[in-house]
Amino acid sequence: MTLSVRRRVSRDSGKRRDLLERIVLQGPGLLFITIFMAIPITLVAIYSIFQRGRFGGVVYKFTIENFSRAFDSVYLGILLDSLKIAGITTVLAIIVGYPTAYAIAKLPIKWRSIALVLVVIPFWTNFLIRTYSWIMLFNREGLLNHALLKFNIIHTPLDLLYTQSAVVVGLLYGYLPLMILPLYASIERLDPQLGEAAANLGATKVRAFFSLTLPLTASGLIAGSIFVFIPSLGNFIVPELLGGGKTVMVGNLIRDQFLKARDWPFGSVLALSVIALVFIFFMIQNVVEKRFSSDNNE
Amino acid sequence: MSKSLRKFKPLNVILGVTFAFLYIPIFTLIAMSFNGSHSPFIFKGFSFKWYSVLIHDAQVIHGLINTLIVATGSTVLSTVLGTMLAVGLHRYSKSAALNAFSLAPAIVPDIVLGIGLLALYALLSVSLGLYSVLFAHVVFSMAFVTAVVKARLANTDGDLREASMDLGATRTGTFIRITLPSIAPAILAGALLSFTLSLDEFVIAFFTNGPTTPTLPIVIYSMVRFGVTPEINALATLLMIVSVTTVIIAQRMTRQRAKVR
Amino acid sequence: MHSVFGNHGKKIVVSSIAVSLLLLMSACSSSSTQSTAGLDPEADLTKQSLVISNWAAYNPPDLAASFQKALGAKMTITNHATNEEIMAKLTSGADSGIDVAFVSGQYAQALAAQGLLEPIDAALIPNLRNLYPEASNLSYDVGNKFSVPYTWGTTGICYRKDLTGFDPTSWNDLLNPAANVKGKTTMLATERWLMLPAQKLLGISANSTSASDMEKVKAQLIATKKTLLAYDDTTFYTRLVSGEASMVEAWDGWCNYGITDNKNIKFVIPKEGSDLWVDTMVILKTSKNKEAAHAFINYILDPTVNSWVISNVLYKTPDKAAMDLTAPKLGITYPNMLMTPAELLKGEGLTDLGASGPMYTKTATEVTSSK
Repeated sequence: MTLSVRRRVSRDSGKRRDLLERIVLQGPGLLFITIFMAIPITLVAIYSIFQRGRFGGVVYKFTIENFSRAFDSVYLGILLDSLKIAGITTVLAIIVGYPTAYAIAKLPIKWRSIALVLVVIPFWTNFLIRTYSWIMLFNREGLLNHALLKFNIIHTPLDLLYTQSAVVVGLLYGYLPLMILPLYASIERLDPQLGEAAANLGATKVRAFFSLTLPLTASGLIAGSIFVFIPSLGNFIVPELLGGGKTVMVGNLIRDQFLKARDWPFGSVLALSVIALVFIFFMIQNVVEKRFSSDNNE
Repeated sequence: MSKSLRKFKPLNVILGVTFAFLYIPIFTLIAMSFNGSHSPFIFKGFSFKWYSVLIHDAQVIHGLINTLIVATGSTVLSTVLGTMLAVGLHRYSKSAALNAFSLAPAIVPDIVLGIGLLALYALLSVSLGLYSVLFAHVVFSMAFVTAVVKARLANTDGDLREASMDLGATRTGTFIRITLPSIAPAILAGALLSFTLSLDEFVIAFFTNGPTTPTLPIVIYSMVRFGVTPEINALATLLMIVSVTTVIIAQRMTRQRAKVR
Repeated sequence: MHSVFGNHGKKIVVSSIAVSLLLLMSACSSSSTQSTAGLDPEADLTKQSLVISNWAAYNPPDLAASFQKALGAKMTITNHATNEEIMAKLTSGADSGIDVAFVSGQYAQALAAQGLLEPIDAALIPNLRNLYPEASNLSYDVGNKFSVPYTWGTTGICYRKDLTGFDPTSWNDLLNPAANVKGKTTMLATERWLMLPAQKLLGISANSTSASDMEKVKAQLIATKKTLLAYDDTTFYTRLVSGEASMVEAWDGWCNYGITDNKNIKFVIPKEGSDLWVDTMVILKTSKNKEAAHAFINYILDPTVNSWVISNVLYKTPDKAAMDLTAPKLGITYPNMLMTPAELLKGEGLTDLGASGPMYTKTATEVTSSK
């Protein structure tokens, strides 16, 4: 009797304490995000409805011309190209990354952390330098061509750089670790007994993979895909260096508007469209993830 | 036992291929850092001279120090804010909106964030320097920390906390002695991730840094735009040696702590 | 500057947060005393300090130290890789913290048009008398009212005679290359210089704002892209040295770097003509060290300091005193150093395009993204 009274009293002040705890925990973080992300993005959105000054900068006169300009085939073409390149990169990252993550998860425990560290270390050199290393390797006058020519395997140098494929490889190289790590995290949590149970019930390895392993590792797969797709989409360094400036992606486009044309309003429109695309992608991912987790609960 | 050994082989081949992909460019970088000539393509004799050039390059040292300041500060702030936010969200908010908001900074393309922050700083007439970059790095690192810690929290037992409170412990006491230790690996992972991201972050720093306080990626960008020399390779090699050493030390330390327990 | 936030309450919250942040940040950044209008020729320079933004390796490495020794003011030099980068920083609305910036002439013109530049007080720069008379008559800033020229030159074709087998004479040799040169050419990526070769070949002005002109230029450049190795602003001479490319569009000074490494490299100005570009020094209105800034520009125009620039950067400067000292000897290895101002001024001076700027950017995008 006395126990339940004590419980009830402490629950009321508990509710207030809860609120206080909630504010203390969530407040600073949310405030920070509001100031340093929400407001900047809002500013960018605001610029999109104003005009470019004659020599650059923003003039505060209302216009929707920036939006209609964005629908030009040149920009839509670049957007589609960027989606294609980022998409191919992501798919390749999955094809390479999933088996790799799986292999690491199956290593003896002692070797697993070493393997993970080895995956991350390239990430700790500079992205720009890593991109340049591909140029040093695959340049017409680069190391690979020199080696192949020396051993008479080829007679004229191979032209491997300054193409769209070179951009894909460069992006893959830059972001592959971001696919491997989350995949590893979810593969590692798999209960090995489930696999055994499936085998005992007569499922083939292939069947077990698609019906059991894949859905259970969906969250890692989706996280990895986001971590590869989004930076690939907005990247402008790799298309510039490995693409020789001949492949224009949406990141180059946005940067050009802000830096070259000094057309902040139009650049803002392009930036907003990228955010919208990313948002849509994220929503799709959310739906897919919910479907998979509801499958799990069955 | 023999069945699982047979399963290992093709997987290990894949592992080998992936590591080859990741490391052949790296080994090339390292090898060319000892190049006697100043071409990054053609090897003409072994030499340490580029390391000497590097160490005497004031710009690079300056950039490195700035980057370390920003990365450390950003890691500390983002880990604290991100962990608190993760716990707060896990305990009190199941709404998708707030959770999406907390992850948004990691999803917004960096070029958009960089430009938006430049606009914000311009609006507030803030003079650009290391702090303008630091706060920018915190906002997206935080999102990663929050995601990692939340994922861990989703897998931990909430009953421990209730039990602790029922036994009379205060909220803060419970937080420090029960919650934090249970999510410690995630906090560490988040901190490591924050540090890594900040160290190499170029785009946002490009837009938000001050003229006299470039970070290392920005110094490298201007070096590399002018013409690649093996000094860049030497820099990359040194960066890697430092990171590998740091990781080995960190590993030793955590192993010791585990032993003590 | 008025903001367009949603509701009033939100605005108050944002403003108060902004104020507290502003206080936090200004506490963290260093401040110097505000200077009043009207420059003082007797100002104590030891109390001033300068932040200069220039291209990497474009000034003597010990410039900061020697300047401080000579004139007392401290100096920090920061680098920008392209005009666009520094323009973004200077026009963003934030105080960039830069006192003197090195920008190409047409960009100086744009900055001045936006009211961002401090007028040049000639009384504080006696070394202006060292300049060629032609250097006071440059189309982007006649009379050097808001900028002082630092280096000048032209754009042309830089090539390896031993790889091409012939001497190019026309922009056509680059834009519609011979079979043995195809796939071994590069063009400059910066849009004004990207357009230049096609404009000159088609007899169009480099400052043209006509849309129909741009269409013709675009058509030629799209055809050229199919034969191009890459667009390159910075490493084109390395490609010549390594043999990856045999013919590139280049600024004359940059071609000299190639010549240093490989004597087979030559420079030619195509017969259709080219541009006159000028890299200038400008003082920002936001500078709190304007006297020191003027003293710096004066220092740069000193023949000894300027001679270093000529000998090491391998660019021509408009400083007659310095050029007379240094250029003749250099001209033996680097023929383009012997170009006279009269010859240079045959090139069309690049001026800012004002409202037509975005048209050039769009055309450049259409060209570089074409398949």
